[in-house]
Amino acid sequence: MRVRIDHISKYYTDRQGGQTEALQDIHFDIAENEFVVVVGPSGCGKSTLLNIIAGLLSASSGQVIFDGVANDSTPNTAVVFQEFALFPWRTVLKNIVYGLEEKGVNKTEQFVIAQKFIAMVGLQGFEQKYPHQLSGGMKQRVAIARALANDPLLLLMDEPFSALDAQTRLLMQYELSRIWEETQKSFLYITHNIQEAVFLGDRVVVLSRRPGRILDIVKIDLPRPRREDLITEERYLKYVDLIWGYIKDQAKETLKEIR
Amino acid sequence: MKTPTELTKMEKAIVQDKTSFLQGKDHPWLSLTSFIIILCLWEMVSRLSWVPPLFLPAPSEILLEGWGMLKTGVIFNHVLASLSRILLGFSIACIAGVLIGILIGFFSIPEAIGNPLIAATFPIPKIAILPLLILWLGIGEPPKVAVIALGVFFPMVINVYTGVKNVDPLLIKAALSLGSNRTRVIKKVILPGILPMVFAGMKLGIGIALLLVVAAEMVAADAGIGFMILTAADLMQTKKLMVGLIILSLLGIFFNWLFQKMEKLFIPWKQ
Repeated sequence: MRVRIDHISKYYTDRQGGQTEALQDIHFDIAENEFVVVVGPSGCGKSTLLNIIAGLLSASSGQVIFDGVANDSTPNTAVVFQEFALFPWRTVLKNIVYGLEEKGVNKTEQFVIAQKFIAMVGLQGFEQKYPHQLSGGMKQRVAIARALANDPLLLLMDEPFSALDAQTRLLMQYELSRIWEETQKSFLYITHNIQEAVFLGDRVVVLSRRPGRILDIVKIDLPRPRREDLITEERYLKYVDLIWGYIKDQAKETLKEIR
Repeated sequence: MKTPTELTKMEKAIVQDKTSFLQGKDHPWLSLTSFIIILCLWEMVSRLSWVPPLFLPAPSEILLEGWGMLKTGVIFNHVLASLSRILLGFSIACIAGVLIGILIGFFSIPEAIGNPLIAATFPIPKIAILPLLILWLGIGEPPKVAVIALGVFFPMVINVYTGVKNVDPLLIKAALSLGSNRTRVIKKVILPGILPMVFAGMKLGIGIALLLVVAAEMVAADAGIGFMILTAADLMQTKKLMVGLIILSLLGIFFNWLFQKMEKLFIPWKQ
Protein backbone atom coordinates (compact mmCIF):
# COMPACT_ATOMS: atom_id res chain seq x y z
CA MET A 1 0.00 0.00 0.00
CA ARG A 2 1.21 3.46 -0.88
CA VAL A 3 -0.68 6.75 -0.87
CA ARG A 4 0.06 9.15 -3.70
CA ILE A 5 -0.89 12.78 -3.26
CA ASP A 6 -0.92 13.55 -6.96
CA HIS A 7 -0.59 17.25 -7.89
CA ILE A 8 -3.39 18.52 -5.66
CA SER A 9 -4.54 22.12 -6.05
CA LYS A 10 -7.46 23.84 -4.38
CA TYR A 11 -9.21 27.10 -5.20
CA TYR A 12 -12.02 28.71 -3.29
CA THR A 13 -14.44 30.90 -5.23
CA ASP A 14 -15.91 33.74 -3.21
CA ARG A 15 -19.30 35.41 -3.78
CA GLN A 16 -17.88 38.07 -6.10
CA GLY A 17 -16.51 35.29 -8.28
CA GLY A 18 -12.92 35.97 -7.21
CA GLN A 19 -10.67 32.98 -6.68
CA THR A 20 -8.42 32.34 -3.72
CA GLU A 21 -5.77 29.74 -4.12
CA ALA A 22 -5.36 27.59 -1.01
CA LEU A 23 -3.08 24.80 -2.26
CA GLN A 24 -0.76 24.79 -5.24
CA ASP A 25 0.39 21.57 -6.86
CA ILE A 26 0.97 19.45 -3.75
CA HIS A 27 2.73 16.27 -4.72
CA PHE A 28 4.24 13.64 -2.43
CA ASP A 29 3.87 9.99 -1.43
CA ILE A 30 3.22 8.29 1.89
CA ALA A 31 4.82 4.87 2.06
CA GLU A 32 3.46 1.94 4.04
CA ASN A 33 4.21 2.32 7.78
CA GLU A 34 5.57 5.80 7.22
CA PHE A 35 5.00 8.73 9.57
CA VAL A 36 4.74 11.84 7.41
CA VAL A 37 4.32 15.26 9.02
CA VAL A 38 3.08 18.32 7.14
CA VAL A 39 4.24 21.55 8.75
CA GLY A 40 3.54 25.10 7.69
CA PRO A 41 2.61 28.58 8.90
CA SER A 42 -1.00 29.16 9.94
CA GLY A 43 -3.36 29.63 7.03
CA CYS A 44 -1.20 27.66 4.60
CA GLY A 45 -3.93 25.20 3.74
CA LYS A 46 -2.64 22.28 5.85
CA SER A 47 -6.09 21.35 7.08
CA THR A 48 -7.52 21.75 3.58
CA LEU A 49 -4.99 19.20 2.38
CA LEU A 50 -5.89 16.78 5.16
CA ASN A 51 -9.61 17.07 4.43
CA ILE A 52 -8.99 16.37 0.73
CA ILE A 53 -6.96 13.25 1.57
CA ALA A 54 -9.66 12.11 4.03
CA GLY A 55 -12.36 12.47 1.37
CA LEU A 56 -14.11 15.24 3.29
CA LEU A 57 -13.43 17.94 0.66
CA SER A 58 -12.93 17.87 -3.10
CA ALA A 59 -9.75 19.08 -4.75
CA SER A 60 -9.90 21.58 -7.63
CA SER A 61 -7.38 19.49 -9.53
CA GLY A 62 -5.23 16.47 -8.87
CA GLN A 63 -6.19 13.34 -6.99
CA VAL A 64 -5.37 11.14 -4.02
CA ILE A 65 -4.55 7.57 -5.00
CA PHE A 66 -4.22 4.52 -2.76
CA ASP A 67 -2.00 2.04 -4.61
CA GLY A 68 -2.68 -1.60 -3.92
CA VAL A 69 -6.30 -1.06 -2.88
CA ALA A 70 -9.16 -2.62 -4.90
CA ASN A 71 -10.52 -0.42 -7.69
CA ASP A 72 -13.67 1.57 -6.87
CA SER A 73 -13.49 0.76 -3.18
CA THR A 74 -13.43 3.54 -0.58
CA PRO A 75 -10.01 3.49 1.05
CA ASN A 76 -10.38 3.20 4.78
CA THR A 77 -8.95 6.29 6.48
CA ALA A 78 -9.63 7.72 9.89
CA VAL A 79 -9.21 11.27 11.14
CA VAL A 80 -8.22 12.63 14.54
CA PHE A 81 -9.43 16.23 14.72
CA GLN A 82 -8.00 19.11 16.71
CA GLU A 83 -11.33 19.61 18.52
CA PHE A 84 -11.61 15.85 19.31
CA ALA A 85 -15.05 15.48 17.61
CA LEU A 86 -16.20 12.83 20.09
CA PHE A 87 -19.90 12.02 20.09
CA PRO A 88 -21.08 13.57 23.38
CA TRP A 89 -23.96 11.07 23.69
CA ARG A 90 -21.65 8.08 23.52
CA THR A 91 -19.48 6.77 26.31
CA VAL A 92 -15.75 6.26 25.77
CA LEU A 93 -16.33 2.61 24.81
CA LYS A 94 -19.22 3.47 22.48
CA ASN A 95 -17.17 6.18 20.79
CA ILE A 96 -14.34 3.76 20.15
CA VAL A 97 -16.57 1.08 18.57
CA TYR A 98 -18.36 3.56 16.27
CA GLY A 99 -16.45 2.63 13.14
CA LEU A 100 -16.76 -1.08 13.96
CA GLU A 101 -20.54 -0.73 14.29
CA GLU A 102 -20.65 0.84 10.84
CA LYS A 103 -18.65 -2.05 9.43
CA GLY A 104 -21.08 -4.57 10.92
CA VAL A 105 -18.57 -6.20 13.25
CA ASN A 106 -20.38 -8.29 15.86
CA LYS A 107 -20.67 -7.06 19.43
CA THR A 108 -18.23 -9.41 21.13
CA GLU A 109 -15.55 -8.71 18.54
CA GLN A 110 -16.21 -4.97 18.85
CA PHE A 111 -15.58 -5.26 22.55
CA VAL A 112 -12.36 -7.23 22.14
CA ILE A 113 -10.95 -4.74 19.61
CA ALA A 114 -12.02 -1.79 21.75
CA GLN A 115 -10.32 -3.28 24.82
CA LYS A 116 -7.05 -3.60 22.91
CA PHE A 117 -6.99 0.08 21.93
CA ILE A 118 -8.29 1.24 25.31
CA ALA A 119 -5.25 -0.46 26.81
CA MET A 120 -2.94 0.97 24.14
CA VAL A 121 -3.93 4.59 24.85
CA GLY A 122 -4.21 4.05 28.61
CA LEU A 123 -7.94 4.57 29.13
CA GLN A 124 -8.68 1.56 31.35
CA GLY A 125 -11.34 2.42 33.91
CA PHE A 126 -12.81 5.21 31.78
CA GLU A 127 -14.86 3.01 29.42
CA GLN A 128 -18.25 4.10 30.76
CA LYS A 129 -17.47 7.83 31.10
CA TYR A 130 -19.00 10.43 28.81
CA PRO A 131 -16.66 12.81 26.95
CA HIS A 132 -17.68 15.82 29.07
CA GLN A 133 -16.30 14.00 32.12
CA LEU A 134 -12.79 13.78 30.58
CA SER A 135 -9.88 16.21 30.34
CA GLY A 136 -8.62 17.38 26.95
CA GLY A 137 -5.75 14.90 26.89
CA MET A 138 -8.11 12.04 27.76
CA LYS A 139 -10.55 13.10 25.04
CA GLN A 140 -7.79 13.04 22.45
CA ARG A 141 -6.76 9.56 23.61
CA VAL A 142 -10.33 8.43 22.97
CA ALA A 143 -10.24 9.99 19.51
CA ILE A 144 -6.96 8.23 18.70
CA ALA A 145 -8.31 4.89 19.94
CA ARG A 146 -11.50 5.41 17.93
CA ALA A 147 -9.51 6.10 14.77
CA LEU A 148 -7.16 3.13 15.29
CA ALA A 149 -10.00 0.71 16.13
CA ASN A 150 -11.36 1.42 12.65
CA ASP A 151 -8.15 -0.18 11.31
CA PRO A 152 -7.42 2.56 8.75
CA LEU A 153 -4.94 2.21 5.89
CA LEU A 154 -3.92 5.77 6.66
CA LEU A 155 -4.44 7.63 9.93
CA LEU A 156 -4.85 11.38 9.45
CA MET A 157 -4.25 13.75 12.34
CA ASP A 158 -5.17 17.42 12.10
CA GLU A 159 -3.19 19.35 14.75
CA PRO A 160 -4.45 16.86 17.31
CA PHE A 161 -2.60 18.33 20.28
CA SER A 162 -3.09 22.06 19.60
CA ALA A 163 -6.04 22.32 21.96
CA LEU A 164 -4.04 20.80 24.83
CA ASP A 165 -1.87 22.59 27.37
CA ALA A 166 1.89 22.52 26.82
CA GLN A 167 2.69 19.77 29.35
CA THR A 168 -0.06 17.44 28.18
CA ARG A 169 1.00 18.12 24.62
CA LEU A 170 4.54 16.91 25.26
CA LEU A 171 3.33 13.76 27.00
CA MET A 172 0.93 13.02 24.17
CA GLN A 173 3.76 13.38 21.64
CA TYR A 174 5.77 10.69 23.43
CA GLU A 175 2.67 8.50 23.64
CA LEU A 176 1.84 8.95 19.98
CA SER A 177 5.37 8.07 18.96
CA ARG A 178 5.08 4.87 20.98
CA ILE A 179 1.62 4.10 19.56
CA TRP A 180 2.90 4.51 16.01
CA GLU A 181 5.78 2.16 16.72
CA GLU A 182 3.30 -0.37 18.15
CA THR A 183 0.75 -0.19 15.33
CA GLN A 184 3.08 0.25 12.35
CA LYS A 185 0.55 2.11 10.23
CA SER A 186 0.85 4.99 7.79
CA PHE A 187 0.32 8.28 9.60
CA LEU A 188 -0.16 11.74 8.13
CA TYR A 189 0.20 14.35 10.81
CA ILE A 190 -0.55 18.05 10.37
CA THR A 191 0.98 20.63 12.70
CA HIS A 192 2.40 24.14 12.90
CA ASN A 193 4.77 23.06 15.65
CA ILE A 194 8.25 22.39 14.24
CA GLN A 195 9.66 20.56 17.29
CA GLU A 196 6.67 18.25 17.22
CA ALA A 197 7.13 17.65 13.48
CA VAL A 198 10.79 16.67 13.86
CA PHE A 199 10.17 14.57 16.96
CA LEU A 200 7.43 12.51 15.35
CA GLY A 201 8.11 12.35 11.63
CA ASP A 202 10.04 10.08 9.30
CA ARG A 203 9.70 12.83 6.76
CA VAL A 204 8.52 16.41 7.16
CA VAL A 205 6.75 18.17 4.29
CA VAL A 206 7.28 21.93 4.68
CA LEU A 207 4.51 24.09 3.18
CA SER A 208 4.73 27.78 2.28
CA ARG A 209 2.22 30.39 3.35
CA ARG A 210 -0.97 30.73 1.28
CA PRO A 211 -1.17 29.49 -1.38
CA GLY A 212 0.44 26.42 0.16
CA ARG A 213 3.16 24.87 -1.94
CA ILE A 214 5.88 22.42 -0.94
CA LEU A 215 9.08 24.25 0.02
CA ASP A 216 11.01 21.14 0.92
CA ILE A 217 10.57 17.56 2.08
CA VAL A 218 13.01 16.88 4.91
CA LYS A 219 13.94 13.31 5.72
CA ILE A 220 14.39 13.02 9.49
CA ASP A 221 17.21 10.57 10.04
CA LEU A 222 16.85 10.02 13.78
CA PRO A 223 16.82 6.65 15.51
CA ARG A 224 13.63 4.94 16.64
CA PRO A 225 12.21 4.54 19.18
CA ARG A 226 12.41 8.28 19.74
CA ARG A 227 13.18 8.98 23.36
CA GLU A 228 12.31 12.01 25.42
CA ASP A 229 15.95 13.13 25.70
CA LEU A 230 16.17 13.36 21.92
CA ILE A 231 14.99 16.96 22.05
CA THR A 232 18.27 18.09 23.62
CA GLU A 233 20.46 16.43 20.99
CA GLU A 234 22.43 18.36 18.37
CA ARG A 235 21.13 16.41 15.36
CA TYR A 236 17.50 16.95 16.43
CA LEU A 237 18.05 20.67 16.86
CA LYS A 238 19.69 20.88 13.43
CA TYR A 239 16.50 19.63 11.79
CA VAL A 240 14.43 22.05 13.84
CA ASP A 241 16.69 24.93 12.76
CA LEU A 242 16.52 23.93 9.12
CA ILE A 243 12.72 23.88 9.08
CA TRP A 244 12.45 27.02 11.21
CA GLY A 245 14.59 28.73 8.58
CA TYR A 246 11.94 28.08 5.92
CA ILE A 247 9.02 29.03 8.13
CA LYS A 248 10.75 32.19 9.41
CA ASP A 249 11.25 33.48 5.86
CA GLN A 250 7.57 32.89 5.19
CA ALA A 251 6.52 34.74 8.31
CA LYS A 252 8.80 37.69 7.46
CA GLU A 253 7.25 37.99 4.02
CA THR A 254 3.79 38.02 5.57
CA LEU A 255 4.85 40.81 7.94
CA LYS A 256 6.23 42.86 5.03
CA GLU A 257 2.91 42.56 3.23
CA ILE A 258 0.99 43.76 6.25
CA ARG A 259 3.15 46.87 6.43
CA MET B 1 8.37 60.55 53.73
CA LYS B 2 5.30 60.73 55.93
CA THR B 3 5.54 59.91 59.62
CA PRO B 4 3.37 57.08 61.01
CA THR B 5 0.93 59.50 62.64
CA GLU B 6 0.44 61.24 59.31
CA LEU B 7 -0.27 57.89 57.67
CA THR B 8 -3.00 56.94 60.17
CA LYS B 9 -4.62 60.33 59.68
CA MET B 10 -4.79 59.76 55.94
CA GLU B 11 -8.04 58.89 54.23
CA LYS B 12 -8.34 55.33 52.99
CA ALA B 13 -10.51 53.33 50.61
CA ILE B 14 -11.18 49.61 50.84
CA VAL B 15 -11.83 47.60 47.69
CA GLN B 16 -15.35 46.16 47.52
CA ASP B 17 -16.52 43.25 45.39
CA LYS B 18 -18.46 44.97 42.60
CA THR B 19 -20.11 41.76 41.47
CA SER B 20 -21.66 40.84 44.83
CA PHE B 21 -25.21 41.60 43.61
CA LEU B 22 -24.72 39.14 40.73
CA GLN B 23 -24.19 36.22 43.06
CA GLY B 24 -27.80 35.11 43.39
CA LYS B 25 -28.68 34.29 46.98
CA ASP B 26 -30.94 31.42 47.94
CA HIS B 27 -34.22 32.22 49.63
CA PRO B 28 -35.40 28.72 50.49
CA TRP B 29 -38.45 29.71 52.56
CA LEU B 30 -39.49 32.86 50.76
CA SER B 31 -41.23 31.07 47.87
CA LEU B 32 -43.38 28.93 50.13
CA THR B 33 -44.23 31.56 52.74
CA SER B 34 -45.15 34.20 50.17
CA PHE B 35 -47.42 31.66 48.46
CA ILE B 36 -49.14 30.84 51.76
CA ILE B 37 -49.48 34.51 52.70
CA ILE B 38 -51.16 35.30 49.38
CA LEU B 39 -53.57 32.39 49.90
CA CYS B 40 -54.39 33.60 53.42
CA LEU B 41 -55.00 37.14 52.18
CA TRP B 42 -57.29 35.77 49.48
CA GLU B 43 -59.17 33.68 52.04
CA MET B 44 -59.56 36.75 54.27
CA VAL B 45 -60.79 38.98 51.44
CA SER B 46 -63.52 36.44 50.58
CA ARG B 47 -64.45 35.54 54.16
CA LEU B 48 -64.90 39.20 55.14
CA SER B 49 -66.95 39.70 51.95
CA TRP B 50 -64.75 42.58 50.77
CA VAL B 51 -65.33 41.06 47.35
CA PRO B 52 -68.61 39.15 46.71
CA PRO B 53 -67.93 35.36 46.77
CA LEU B 54 -69.67 35.14 43.40
CA PHE B 55 -66.71 37.00 41.87
CA LEU B 56 -63.96 35.62 44.09
CA PRO B 57 -64.78 32.52 46.14
CA ALA B 58 -62.45 31.66 49.01
CA PRO B 59 -59.67 29.10 48.31
CA SER B 60 -61.13 26.78 50.94
CA GLU B 61 -64.51 26.86 49.18
CA ILE B 62 -62.86 26.07 45.84
CA LEU B 63 -61.03 23.12 47.38
CA LEU B 64 -64.28 21.82 48.89
CA GLU B 65 -65.99 22.12 45.52
CA GLY B 66 -63.08 20.27 43.88
CA TRP B 67 -63.22 17.55 46.52
CA GLY B 68 -66.93 17.12 45.86
CA MET B 69 -66.33 16.79 42.14
CA LEU B 70 -63.60 14.25 42.82
CA LYS B 71 -65.93 12.14 44.97
CA THR B 72 -68.74 12.09 42.40
CA GLY B 73 -66.19 11.43 39.67
CA VAL B 74 -67.50 14.11 37.25
CA ILE B 75 -64.09 15.70 37.23
CA PHE B 76 -62.47 12.60 35.76
CA ASN B 77 -64.80 12.72 32.75
CA HIS B 78 -63.65 16.22 31.91
CA VAL B 79 -59.98 15.65 32.61
CA LEU B 80 -59.92 12.41 30.63
CA ALA B 81 -61.72 13.99 27.67
CA SER B 82 -59.21 16.85 27.57
CA LEU B 83 -56.18 14.65 28.22
CA SER B 84 -56.99 12.21 25.43
CA ARG B 85 -57.35 15.12 22.97
CA ILE B 86 -54.07 16.62 24.15
CA LEU B 87 -52.15 13.35 24.02
CA LEU B 88 -53.38 12.43 20.56
CA GLY B 89 -52.80 15.87 19.05
CA PHE B 90 -49.49 16.32 20.86
CA SER B 91 -48.12 12.93 19.74
CA ILE B 92 -49.09 13.47 16.11
CA ALA B 93 -47.46 16.90 16.20
CA CYS B 94 -44.26 15.64 17.83
CA ILE B 95 -43.75 12.83 15.35
CA ALA B 96 -44.60 14.99 12.33
CA GLY B 97 -42.53 17.87 13.68
CA VAL B 98 -39.42 15.73 14.21
CA LEU B 99 -39.70 14.01 10.80
CA ILE B 100 -40.35 17.17 8.81
CA GLY B 101 -37.85 19.17 10.86
CA ILE B 102 -35.09 16.69 10.04
CA LEU B 103 -36.16 16.56 6.40
CA ILE B 104 -36.03 20.33 5.86
CA GLY B 105 -33.00 20.74 8.09
CA PHE B 106 -30.84 18.12 6.42
CA PHE B 107 -31.87 18.04 2.75
CA SER B 108 -31.74 21.08 0.52
CA ILE B 109 -34.77 20.37 -1.72
CA PRO B 110 -37.27 19.86 1.14
CA GLU B 111 -35.75 22.93 2.79
CA ALA B 112 -36.40 25.06 -0.32
CA ILE B 113 -40.00 23.81 -0.49
CA GLY B 114 -40.81 23.68 3.21
CA ASN B 115 -39.31 26.87 4.56
CA PRO B 116 -41.61 29.38 2.80
CA LEU B 117 -44.65 27.20 3.59
CA ILE B 118 -43.82 27.20 7.27
CA ALA B 119 -42.98 30.90 7.28
CA ALA B 120 -46.38 31.64 5.71
CA THR B 121 -48.54 29.41 7.93
CA PHE B 122 -46.74 29.78 11.26
CA PRO B 123 -47.98 33.32 12.08
CA ILE B 124 -51.69 32.40 11.73
CA PRO B 125 -53.19 32.05 15.24
CA LYS B 126 -54.32 28.45 15.36
CA ILE B 127 -57.62 29.38 17.04
CA ALA B 128 -58.48 31.27 13.85
CA ILE B 129 -58.13 28.03 11.88
CA LEU B 130 -60.54 26.18 14.19
CA PRO B 131 -63.74 27.24 12.32
CA LEU B 132 -62.18 26.06 9.06
CA LEU B 133 -61.20 22.75 10.66
CA ILE B 134 -64.77 22.28 11.93
CA LEU B 135 -66.02 23.00 8.42
CA TRP B 136 -63.67 20.39 7.00
CA LEU B 137 -63.76 17.72 9.70
CA GLY B 138 -67.21 18.14 11.28
CA ILE B 139 -68.00 18.87 14.93
CA GLY B 140 -66.49 15.84 16.63
CA GLU B 141 -63.10 14.99 18.01
CA PRO B 142 -61.12 15.43 14.76
CA PRO B 143 -61.08 19.26 14.59
CA LYS B 144 -60.13 19.49 18.29
CA VAL B 145 -57.26 17.06 17.88
CA ALA B 146 -56.24 18.72 14.62
CA VAL B 147 -56.07 22.21 16.10
CA ILE B 148 -53.88 20.96 18.96
CA ALA B 149 -51.67 19.07 16.53
CA LEU B 150 -51.29 22.18 14.37
CA GLY B 151 -50.46 24.35 17.35
CA VAL B 152 -47.80 21.99 18.70
CA PHE B 153 -46.38 21.16 15.27
CA PHE B 154 -44.92 24.61 14.62
CA PRO B 155 -42.74 25.07 17.71
CA MET B 156 -41.65 21.46 17.27
CA VAL B 157 -40.71 21.69 13.61
CA ILE B 158 -38.94 25.02 14.06
CA ASN B 159 -37.00 23.71 17.06
CA VAL B 160 -35.98 20.53 15.28
CA TYR B 161 -34.97 22.47 12.17
CA THR B 162 -32.78 24.78 14.25
CA GLY B 163 -31.44 21.75 16.10
CA VAL B 164 -30.39 20.04 12.87
CA LYS B 165 -28.73 23.22 11.65
CA ASN B 166 -26.81 23.48 14.92
CA VAL B 167 -25.47 19.92 15.00
CA ASP B 168 -21.70 20.32 15.00
CA PRO B 169 -20.58 19.76 11.37
CA LEU B 170 -17.37 18.30 12.75
CA LEU B 171 -19.35 15.41 14.29
CA ILE B 172 -20.94 14.72 10.90
CA LYS B 173 -17.46 14.74 9.34
CA ALA B 174 -16.21 12.37 12.04
CA ALA B 175 -19.11 9.98 11.40
CA LEU B 176 -18.52 10.08 7.64
CA SER B 177 -14.81 9.46 8.06
CA LEU B 178 -15.63 6.44 10.26
CA GLY B 179 -17.75 4.91 7.51
CA SER B 180 -21.31 6.20 8.05
CA ASN B 181 -23.50 6.98 5.05
CA ARG B 182 -26.15 9.69 4.98
CA THR B 183 -28.99 7.72 6.56
CA ARG B 184 -26.65 6.43 9.27
CA VAL B 185 -25.55 10.01 9.96
CA ILE B 186 -29.20 10.98 10.52
CA LYS B 187 -29.77 8.06 12.86
CA LYS B 188 -26.52 8.20 14.81
CA VAL B 189 -25.56 11.87 14.80
CA ILE B 190 -28.53 14.09 13.91
CA LEU B 191 -31.15 12.31 16.05
CA PRO B 192 -29.20 12.28 19.33
CA GLY B 193 -27.87 15.75 18.50
CA ILE B 194 -31.34 17.30 18.28
CA LEU B 195 -32.78 15.61 21.38
CA PRO B 196 -32.31 18.66 23.64
CA MET B 197 -34.15 20.80 21.08
CA VAL B 198 -36.93 18.20 20.82
CA PHE B 199 -37.49 18.47 24.57
CA ALA B 200 -37.44 22.26 24.38
CA GLY B 201 -40.09 21.98 21.65
CA MET B 202 -42.18 19.64 23.80
CA LYS B 203 -42.10 22.05 26.74
CA LEU B 204 -43.22 24.92 24.51
CA GLY B 205 -45.77 22.69 22.82
CA ILE B 206 -47.55 21.45 25.92
CA GLY B 207 -48.41 25.02 26.95
CA ILE B 208 -49.90 25.63 23.53
CA ALA B 209 -51.78 22.31 23.68
CA LEU B 210 -53.42 23.30 26.99
CA LEU B 211 -54.42 26.64 25.54
CA LEU B 212 -55.88 25.14 22.39
CA VAL B 213 -57.74 22.27 24.05
CA VAL B 214 -59.63 24.76 26.22
CA ALA B 215 -60.39 26.98 23.23
CA ALA B 216 -61.57 24.04 21.12
CA GLU B 217 -63.78 22.69 23.92
CA MET B 218 -65.40 26.08 24.35
CA VAL B 219 -66.61 26.03 20.74
CA ALA B 220 -68.24 22.64 20.53
CA ALA B 221 -67.94 19.87 23.10
CA ASP B 222 -69.94 17.97 25.71
CA ALA B 223 -67.02 17.14 27.98
CA GLY B 224 -63.58 18.51 28.80
CA ILE B 225 -62.06 21.15 31.05
CA GLY B 226 -62.79 23.93 28.58
CA PHE B 227 -66.42 22.83 28.36
CA MET B 228 -66.61 22.63 32.16
CA ILE B 229 -65.22 26.14 32.59
CA LEU B 230 -67.56 27.62 29.98
CA THR B 231 -70.73 26.00 31.39
CA ALA B 232 -69.72 26.93 34.94
CA ALA B 233 -69.35 30.53 33.83
CA ASP B 234 -72.75 30.47 32.09
CA LEU B 235 -74.37 29.24 35.30
CA MET B 236 -72.41 31.65 37.50
CA GLN B 237 -70.75 28.69 39.31
CA THR B 238 -67.55 30.58 40.01
CA LYS B 239 -66.20 27.87 42.34
CA LYS B 240 -66.49 25.23 39.65
CA LEU B 241 -64.85 27.57 37.16
CA MET B 242 -61.94 28.08 39.54
CA VAL B 243 -61.55 24.32 39.96
CA GLY B 244 -61.12 24.12 36.19
CA LEU B 245 -58.37 26.73 36.29
CA ILE B 246 -56.57 24.89 39.08
CA ILE B 247 -56.71 21.64 37.10
CA LEU B 248 -55.16 23.41 34.11
CA SER B 249 -52.38 24.77 36.30
CA LEU B 250 -51.76 21.32 37.81
CA LEU B 251 -51.69 19.73 34.35
CA GLY B 252 -49.12 22.27 33.17
CA ILE B 253 -46.93 21.65 36.22
CA PHE B 254 -47.27 17.90 35.82
CA PHE B 255 -46.24 17.88 32.16
CA ASN B 256 -43.25 20.13 32.83
CA TRP B 257 -42.12 17.81 35.62
CA LEU B 258 -42.64 14.78 33.38
CA PHE B 259 -40.63 16.26 30.50
CA GLN B 260 -37.84 17.25 32.86
CA LYS B 261 -37.63 13.67 34.16
CA MET B 262 -37.70 12.27 30.60
CA GLU B 263 -34.98 14.69 29.57
CA LYS B 264 -32.74 13.45 32.38
CA LEU B 265 -33.43 9.87 31.34
CA PHE B 266 -32.92 10.31 27.61
CA ILE B 267 -30.04 12.78 27.69
CA PRO B 268 -27.68 11.28 30.27
CA TRP B 269 -24.65 12.93 28.65
CA LYS B 270 -25.79 16.38 29.79
CA GLN B 271 -24.69 17.44 33.26
